[in-house]
Amino acid sequence: MKIRLNDIAKTFDDFRAVRGVSLDIESGELVALLGPSGSGKTTILRMVAGLEYVDEGQIFFGDEDATSIPVRERGVGFVFQHYALFPHMTVGENIAFGMKVSKTKRTKAEITARVAELLRLVQLEGLADRFPSQISGGQRQRVALARALAVDPKVLLLDEPFGALDANVRRDLRRWLREIHSELGITTLFVTHDQEEALDLADRVVILDQGQIVQQGTPQEVTRNPDSAFVVRFLGDTNKLSATVMGGTADLGGASLAAPALPDGKADAYLRPGDLSWSATGGGIPAIVERVIDRPGNRRIIAATERGEPLEFDVPPEIVVKAGDRGFVQIERAQLFAAE
Amino acid sequence: MSRQTHTKSPRVGDGALFRRTLIALTLIAGTVLVVAPLAIIAVQAFSRGFEYFAATITDSDTRHAIFLTVVTALIAVPINTIFGVAAAWAVTKFDFWGKRFLIVVIEIPFSISPIVAGVAYLFVYGLQGIFGPMFQDAGIRVLFALPGIVLASMFVTAPFVARELIPLMQAQGRDLEEAATSLGASGFRTFWSVTLPNIKWALLYGVVLCNARVMGEFGAVSVVSGNIRGQTNTLPLHIELLYHDYNTVGAFAAAFILAGLAVVTIIAKVFLERQGAGRRARPTLAAPFVAEKTQ
Repeated sequence: MKIRLNDIAKTFDDFRAVRGVSLDIESGELVALLGPSGSGKTTILRMVAGLEYVDEGQIFFGDEDATSIPVRERGVGFVFQHYALFPHMTVGENIAFGMKVSKTKRTKAEITARVAELLRLVQLEGLADRFPSQISGGQRQRVALARALAVDPKVLLLDEPFGALDANVRRDLRRWLREIHSELGITTLFVTHDQEEALDLADRVVILDQGQIVQQGTPQEVTRNPDSAFVVRFLGDTNKLSATVMGGTADLGGASLAAPALPDGKADAYLRPGDLSWSATGGGIPAIVERVIDRPGNRRIIAATERGEPLEFDVPPEIVVKAGDRGFVQIERAQLFAAE
Repeated sequence: MSRQTHTKSPRVGDGALFRRTLIALTLIAGTVLVVAPLAIIAVQAFSRGFEYFAATITDSDTRHAIFLTVVTALIAVPINTIFGVAAAWAVTKFDFWGKRFLIVVIEIPFSISPIVAGVAYLFVYGLQGIFGPMFQDAGIRVLFALPGIVLASMFVTAPFVARELIPLMQAQGRDLEEAATSLGASGFRTFWSVTLPNIKWALLYGVVLCNARVMGEFGAVSVVSGNIRGQTNTLPLHIELLYHDYNTVGAFAAAFILAGLAVVTIIAKVFLERQGAGRRARPTLAAPFVAEKTQ
């Protein structure tokens, strides 16, 4: 089911949580709403579900205006951040709940068969008689998903689906959700503040800040061609160096970059830890090493330029360097924006 | 567990002297303040033998007082239970203007002396009061009759159920109800199969407290009932009356019955809890789960 948000807005008391968001989600697409806390992403998700009223604008499911359809008739599957499993019901009863209360009458046998099928889908066969308190966080997450899928929703909505899980479980579940999505092909919208999660899982990433969309596109588009300094900063670790642009060239004090699109004047260069390299002699921005952190795959150097700007970057493990060394930083690639 | 050798210093508050002193103090206070007076009631009630006790409590005025107390509880407790659940639901599941004010209003009866409530009812429903003449014309007696007694009891016990439920329901949040609704459940269905099972023990406790207070209420009821022997005397009022009649043993016998009613309520609660716990070992709230890695 295709979903279209047409200029929706929402204000809580005097806080404008969502300010005019328009978004098209194609049928079968897996879209991430990514943003820092307070960016309005959860509010948008809850408006799509019908759990919050829309102040302005419309929400369309296909061609139907769903803005004023109540939650219980909207036909969405919602997975809550903390799962919201019914603690007094077994896993099986939790999954069956939606079918039991549905207006479409199903026989007991049909429900039992469907519960078994869903448990197989989420790889939890044999846990039907456990209570939510007797299973792990990752298993609860999967029960919540099975429960949401049981009512054959038109749209699947997930609020910070992996937020409460530890890193390994999270990575596994992410891959697994991706597989389920390609198997079922259900239109899915999920909210996260974790960039890695959004880039890893989604077909398309919608980046939000202060209740507005700042950029949307495939993971490749948003990472390679960020529209703004905010997107660069938000998507991952980055260094910021001030630069001066003159006639299409940016001068960073020891290195220069082509900046054909920028007007003359102050600019900021954003550099990922992997965009920089280090050499003891010649060429580049002079810097002094403050600390070296050894990591499994590389060495992270924490340094400062002569102008006192901090830099963090990664070098291969075999590079010999220690705190107090002086040397030069070379720029492999950078993203330039006019100074804020 | 085997007895520990005293090689390690005890944890804070775990010293033997501290522990024993604390237990002793609690026991002494409990005995002096709670057990002894109750024991004396029992002893005094039977001080002239069982025959006399039986005669006292089968006295028609006493029987009527017991009857009136039970009837009042049977009306006031269910109404206040419904009110309490509705109020707690409204306060914790919805946001609306004046919510804090509503919470304060619900708690007013806790802080106001029951006598004040009684006098207020006297003013509202009395013959010189606001609604008094209206009810008089309709031929309904509110004051010095059962309706007044029930109303006064309800006023005093209005917060009991709500007060038990509000903190619990606040802690539980709205996620479960939202989940149920998003799965297609109606409001009633959500309440019945999702909210109620998760609040039932707190609700039961609130009902028990409410019942105990309705049966034991003295101040407010004494103002509105008019203390008419055999007609509008509830058990607590009757006890006082007997006492003023210098019928000490009679007073103790009636008090014994009142205490007995309270004990029956508590036994009912324990029994229901056992039933609930025994029939199905369902955790009411998420217990701390045993970490178990997935995959």
